[in-house]
Order: sequence, then structure tokens, then C-alpha cells
Amino acid sequence: MPTIIYIEHDGTEHQIEAEVGATLMQTALDNGVPGIDADCGGECSCATCHVMVKEDWTSTVGEPNDSEEEMLDLNPERLSNSRLSCQIAITEELDGLVVELPEFQF
Amino acid sequence: MVDHDPYDIPLDKFDISQQALWAQDKKMEYFRRLRDEAPVHFCAESEFGPYWSLTRYADILEVDKNWKDFSSEPAITIVDPEEDFPLPMFIAMDPPKHDEQRKTVQGAVAPINLKTLENTIRQRTQNVLNDLPDGEDFDWVDRVSIELTTQMLATLFDFPFEDRRKLTRWSDVATGGPETGVVETDEQRQEELLECLEYFSRLWQERAEKDGSNDFISMLAQGEATKDMSPEEYLGNLILLIVGGNDTTRNSMTSGVIALNDNPGEYAKLRNNPTLIPNMVSEIIRWQTPLAHMRRIANRDYKLSGKTIKQGDKVIMWYLSGNRDERSIDRPDEFLIDRKQARQHLAFGFGPHRCMGNRLAELQLRILWEEIQKRFHFIEVRGAPELVPSNFVHGFVSLPVRLHPL
Ligand code: HEM
Ligand code: FES
Repeated sequence: MPTIIYIEHDGTEHQIEAEVGATLMQTALDNGVPGIDADCGGECSCATCHVMVKEDWTSTVGEPNDSEEEMLDLNPERLSNSRLSCQIAITEELDGLVVELPEFQF
Repeated sequence: MVDHDPYDIPLDKFDISQQALWAQDKKMEYFRRLRDEAPVHFCAESEFGPYWSLTRYADILEVDKNWKDFSSEPAITIVDPEEDFPLPMFIAMDPPKHDEQRKTVQGAVAPINLKTLENTIRQRTQNVLNDLPDGEDFDWVDRVSIELTTQMLATLFDFPFEDRRKLTRWSDVATGGPETGVVETDEQRQEELLECLEYFSRLWQERAEKDGSNDFISMLAQGEATKDMSPEEYLGNLILLIVGGNDTTRNSMTSGVIALNDNPGEYAKLRNNPTLIPNMVSEIIRWQTPLAHMRRIANRDYKLSGKTIKQGDKVIMWYLSGNRDERSIDRPDEFLIDRKQARQHLAFGFGPHRCMGNRLAELQLRILWEEIQKRFHFIEVRGAPELVPSNFVHGFVSLPVRLHPL
């Protein structure tokens, strides 16, 4: 099982054993990682599952898809490494992935 | 229709938009039948012309997020816009223009700014609650819900504080018409809206030059995408911000009191555990669904749950019904302040038009209930609320209450 590391805005780290195939959003919710609201339940239409991918992981994780980009674009606190965590499926390749959580979801 | 059992009327005669169903609060049973038997329903004839009704959560979400196939232009309520008095606003524009204009103003209500607003909101909430009469009945809508939302708007616009009730009036006039009784005639409505434009044009002039302010007017007057707006567009976007922040939050503030009175067990949970307040706020918003619907126009023929919506058809997404859909929400007709996943509701919409003020609304409601719980053991509802007779603004004209301090 790949390990994912979520870092809260205040620095608190959560190391989670994730299931392959689940999304990064659902994994956080299922394991009690705070800071992700996911109001639309993973439909790429609320942008409240915003995370920032640690710099050295961005190429492995990849770019936002089109509809994700549209939602992210409306977030004033969006950064170049921002993603919506409901749009990232966990794979073995992502073992060790580090993502940071924003101070607020918009 | 209003005097009948919804199960005695043929489905092809169903017109859920009828004013009387809303004025007399009969709509929920009709929605239930639509959800069960005709979730994508066509009404061929109504006061507002032909339209489709979507009543299930999943169908509404599918359409709401698909802005390419379902346009928000030219208007977002079931009523077609007035030809001779258009009010362009970004809620009724599609990307990319929508995105450009929204980005100009959304910074004012971004969470980082709300952090600095929190103290002001709390102070004003405390003042309003401290001034309420003891031991006598009074109108909660007027004294609390309207007063607090209006003060908040005045803050966001940096609007002359003593004139703030003008904002409430303009909001009512913009969303109503002769049919809801706020004005006598359409001409009166236009006159009042022009007065609104004049007032705000003065403020625009003052602020266009002044750098560094982050109120809505300064942002519009200085933003690249908005500084050359026509007067109609300026008025339209002002109305959007006034109405957006007014009716909606106002009615959630009233609805919470009613829901807790109707559910004494939930009121007891709240007294025992004030940390439930943030979750309760989401539940109140789902429960009330202050905007009952949004409307779209199909850009192409589209198949939804077995029906074909034709290009050009008017599609009404009934958020109020979707938020009571048992297919997506567990025990939807129960008001549960500790509901799991309470944030997963339709009341703010989804997709690029998702409510820009949703965090502000939640913040205002959270502070209101935190301050209420510090002061009052019980806010007692003393009579029936008077309902707004509208199929869009789902709310209250008045609510008599009496306070029981701690
Ligand atoms: C409980 C309170 C509120 C509710 C239920 C609510 C509901 C909604 C809904 C349903 C939409 C349209 C979504 C769509 O078309 O898909 C919307 C949009 C909007 N709301 Fe709210 N609203 C609330 C509070 C506020 C507040 C406090 C503001 C103040 C700034 C505000 C400003 C707006 C704006 C500007 C839009 C247009 C967004 C866009 O088109 O991009 N709302 N709101
Ligand atoms: S959960 Fe809504 S966009 Fe990811």
C-alpha cells in the first residue's frame, strides 16, 4: 500500500497507508485528515478539496484536467502546484507523495 | 392545484412554479411526487412559459456543473428578464466573461479576508442581540435577520451606515415586483432601481480614484475587467451582490430558530454541545435552501435520466427538492444538527457559479449562534411565520418570538 503524507497548514503531518484506486480526497476523509471539505463529494464542482503537491512530486502527479483547471482558476488562493484532491487517483507510483493543505478551503 | 391532493392531479398538469403552492407552503408534497415519478419533468404551460423541472439531487448536480451544455444566460430565475430593463450580472453570464468579472470582486469575501472581518461581525452581532427586548414578543426577521445581514452588506460595500436600510429595500425591489406586493407597478420598480444606481454612481465616482480599498465598490471601479462597465452592468452586479448577501443569509437566520423550535431534541443537543454549531449551520442551510431554484437554458439536445431536453429549453434546478432527495441524503426530512456530511448539500449550487459568498454566510451564521448560546436559553417561536410568496426566494416576512435569557 502506498504511503501518502498530508501536511496541515500548521505543520501537523499525517502519514496514511492509502488504497490503490481511491482518490487522494477520499483517503484523507476516511482517515480523519482535517482541512478537506469536499462539499460536492468528488464531482470536481466545488473546489473545496484543494491541496498543494510538494514541488518534487508535481511531474509524477501531473497537471490538472480541464474541468479541474476551470474550478481551480476561480480560487484566489490557487498556486502553481494546486490540485483538487478528488481528481487524483492513488497509484503505487505515488508511494511517498507529500501534499500540503491550504489554510482555508474557498 | 393548491387545493388538491398532489396524487389526484395528472403529472402532465403539474406546475410546481405556481405562486399559491409557495404562499401556502404546499410545495413539498408535490416535489416528493415529482422526485418519485417524474424526476425530469416537462411543464408545457405556466405563467413563466414552458420549462423542465429537475427534482433529484444527482440530476441537478449533473446539470449545474455542466456550464458548457447549460447556459446561465440571460437570467437565473424562472422569470424571463424584462426586455426594456436588462440587468446584466456575472451570475447570469457564462465563462469566460463570468470568470473575469467574478475574479474582480471575489477577493473581498475570500477566507483570508473573512478572518479580519470576523471581529467586526461578532461585535455587531453582540450589539444587535444585546438590544433585543426582554419579556415581550417581537419580530425576529426585522430585529435580527434583516438588521444583521444589512449591517454586513453595508460593511462589504463600505456603504453609509445610517442609510443601510436602503440596501434591504433595493434587494426586495430587485427580487420582487407588483406580483409579490413590494411595489405597486413595474414603473415604480424601475424608478427605485434607478435611484439605487444614482446612489451607487456617486460612490463609484468617489472610489474610482482612491487606491487600496477592498470594498466591493472600489473593487468594481478599479478592477481591469469591470472598470469600464456600462451603468446597466454596474447596477446588475450591485444588485447581485446585494441580493446574494441579503435574502439568503437573512432567511437562514430565521429558519434556524424555527427548525430548533420544531425539533426540541435538536435544541437540547445544541445546548449540551455548542461545538456542533458549525455543523448545524450547514444543516440549517440545507434545511431551508434559501434560494429554491436556479435556471439554465440547454445549449444542445441533452439526454437526462431517459428524457430529452431540447436545445433552447428552460431548465429549472429545484435545489429545495434535491436537498430533500432520499436517494442522496440520509433521512432528508429530518433536521439533524449532528448530521454526517452536512456540508454535502445543493443550497450553494455547484460548478463555476457556486456561491461566491458561501464562507461569509457560514461565518455570519456561526457567529450568530455562538452569541445566541451565550445569552439565551431558549428563543421561543410565538406564532406562525409569514412566508415570502415566491418560488425563488424561499424565506420569511416575519416571525414572532420571545427570548428566555440564560
Ligand atoms: C445561506 C446563504 C446563501 C445561499 C443559500 C446562497 C446561494 C447561492 C446560489 C444557489 C448561487 C448560484 C449557484 C449556481 O448558479 O449554480 C449563488 C451565487 C452567488 N452568491 Fe450566494 N448564497 C448565499 C449567501 C451569499 C452571500 C452572503 C453573498 C455575498 C457576497 C453571496 C453572493 C453570491 C454571488 C456573487 C453569486 C454569483 C456567483 C457566480 O455566478 O459565480 N451569496 N448563491
Ligand atoms: S470534492 Fe468537490 S471538487 Fe473535489
